[in-house]
Amino acid sequence: MENQNKEEEEQIVTPWEVTAEKGGKIDYDKLIDKFGCQRLDQSLVDRVARLTARPPHVFLRRGVFFAHRDFNDVLDAYERGEKFYLYTGRGPSSEALHLGHLVPFMFTKYLQDAFKVPLVIQLTDDEKCMWKNLTVEESQRLARENAKDIIACGFDVSRTFIFSDFDYVGGSFYKNMVKIAKCVTYNKVVGIFGFSGEDHIGKVSFPPVQAAPSFPSSFPHLFSGKDSLRCLIPCAIDQDPYFRMTRDVAPRIGYHKPALIESSFFPPFRFHDGETGKMSASDPNSAIYVTDSAKDIKNKVNRYAFSGGQDSIENHRKYGANLEVDIPIKYLGFFLEDDAELEHIRTEYGAGRMLTGEVKKRLIEVLTELVERHRRARAAVTDEMVDAFMAVRPLPNMFS
Amino acid sequence: MGWTKEQLLARLQELQIDFSKYEHPVVLTVEAQAKYVGHMKGALSKNLFLKDKKQRYYIVSALPETKVDLKVLSQRLGLGKGGIRMAPEEALGEILQVPLGCVTPFALVNESARKVSLLLDQGFKNHECCFFHPLSNDTSIALHVRDLDKFLNSIGKTPAYVDLEANPAVGKDQPPDLATLVPSDATILADTPEKHGSSQGSEKNHISVNNQPTVVTVAKAVKPSTAYTKEKPPSAVNLSISYADPEKFVEEILEKTRTIVLAEVKEENIEKHREQLATMISNSISKQLGLELKNIATIFKNTAYTEGFKAGIHHQPKRL
Repeated sequence: MENQNKEEEEQIVTPWEVTAEKGGKIDYDKLIDKFGCQRLDQSLVDRVARLTARPPHVFLRRGVFFAHRDFNDVLDAYERGEKFYLYTGRGPSSEALHLGHLVPFMFTKYLQDAFKVPLVIQLTDDEKCMWKNLTVEESQRLARENAKDIIACGFDVSRTFIFSDFDYVGGSFYKNMVKIAKCVTYNKVVGIFGFSGEDHIGKVSFPPVQAAPSFPSSFPHLFSGKDSLRCLIPCAIDQDPYFRMTRDVAPRIGYHKPALIESSFFPPFRFHDGETGKMSASDPNSAIYVTDSAKDIKNKVNRYAFSGGQDSIENHRKYGANLEVDIPIKYLGFFLEDDAELEHIRTEYGAGRMLTGEVKKRLIEVLTELVERHRRARAAVTDEMVDAFMAVRPLPNMFS
Repeated sequence: MGWTKEQLLARLQELQIDFSKYEHPVVLTVEAQAKYVGHMKGALSKNLFLKDKKQRYYIVSALPETKVDLKVLSQRLGLGKGGIRMAPEEALGEILQVPLGCVTPFALVNESARKVSLLLDQGFKNHECCFFHPLSNDTSIALHVRDLDKFLNSIGKTPAYVDLEANPAVGKDQPPDLATLVPSDATILADTPEKHGSSQGSEKNHISVNNQPTVVTVAKAVKPSTAYTKEKPPSAVNLSISYADPEKFVEEILEKTRTIVLAEVKEENIEKHREQLATMISNSISKQLGLELKNIATIFKNTAYTEGFKAGIHHQPKRL
């Protein structure tokens, strides 16, 4: 998607491109204004903790998931005893998953456990086949491989339905796709996604595929007769355009608007000029992969993680570290559970009493444990388990 | 010992593969070879023996005029930049069991070369026949690529034809297009010093640095190798067993709990906490183990469900 002229000075956030304003970081406040969603403030976080009788997830406490649409309504309904279901997805374009890819799934697992609700996960193999020019077989294969890493995040099979578009589109799902498509003009979809006359018709007709899972009637084997069941979608904020379109359509076809809970972007390991947006995986050293060994993690963090520390120990003790740009601190913000410990590190490092090496060492411990746990869980995922998660089957205890 | 030229040629005849054989003085380079067979019908080949940082080996067999850029190739294989270089001379003898200047697809017949990946220039398909050394530099044989394929299939290798000059973008959403051609296992050599490849030596293995952006053709997929198929240590099998076996599962939980209790009951803690020691230990257990136990319990549940699911789909209805 090309944005020309005056848009070039602004930051660009679309499902296919994320860049900050020249030389800066993404301005999330501006984004919330521009998109028209709401801030997820502390009172909401507290409300979630109260309703679920457990501490809120680290991503909520640290403001990783920071924006929402209608999350309050979902919570109101939940308090009245009305459940909801979760919907999230992945575009399986590569075999290699990095930690940034896991973030939405880690959060969704927490939501599933905390609220005890079912979850549908869409693997958009058709989208990647079209946009990344993969063969159908390759995109299907990647979808299954990615499904294994997703399952390894710890989803409960008795509450989770994973599906790939190539397998599942049809029947009631397709009926909803057509209903949705009828409500969105060509001009509108060009306006939202920036399609041009040169784009093939596959791309133009894809948005309803990502919109359809927002409606419970797309899953008759799960939600038959529950047309008023609400849907909550955890996603990264660049997916907002898809769901703005969906929310627009929903009342016109008689469904609740899906609610959204949105995250900021996972920071790339090091900032190059102009690369201040999402993490990039073209350079394997700019990301921690779930297949990295302990040695790889140690090397990558030590060598490539951009440090906000000063260039010499004397200066560092004098001025302290620049926490705004320091990558290890940001990563610890995502993955270090203990609030008190994080606060301690931030204070000491910011004052110059703690050195970059120590911060990196702690980060290496945290990441290694995380990756190791994921790898163990992944090793236990068999092809049969993937089949089970992806089978079109009822989930009798999905709300208990 | 490695196959001899005679053994190979006999094998080709057994497979009813047509080839034309030309004997000539020993040659070490394409230029030298051209002096003897260059005027014949058929394309010569230049053959590179390459190695990546994880001890995996590759043969790249190309038309002499095809430009092969190792940097581009390295990225397309998913090895990052500079992940691949010319293999050291010793590897030629140990893995391919051919002399210097004799790299050839036929070397894959040797057991020692079982895990070497072969990349063939798509350009070969445009020629009536192509010349390769049949494991010896004093002979060249010409055969049609489909006969080369026949031979490769007979030794259990799937031929992979690649547009070697293509330079597709490799990035987060554009996976390396040749990643499936990376061997799934490393080949361990007896003692290979990590020397820089012998690229200065034999001209036959020269490389040029130009790359032209051309349309990508994805190579025919060989068995995909992910990091998971590469590392299948015995413990991985044991892991899934403990998730299906209640006894082992409980044993694992008890083991972890025991470890924490034993670690916490030490003199300094006894003195510090005294009557509160029990509370302190049980808090420790909850804090350190809580999350992990929930995770492995979920895996246990998922495994049990999967077993039931599999049994269910194979279930035979009651006979009436």
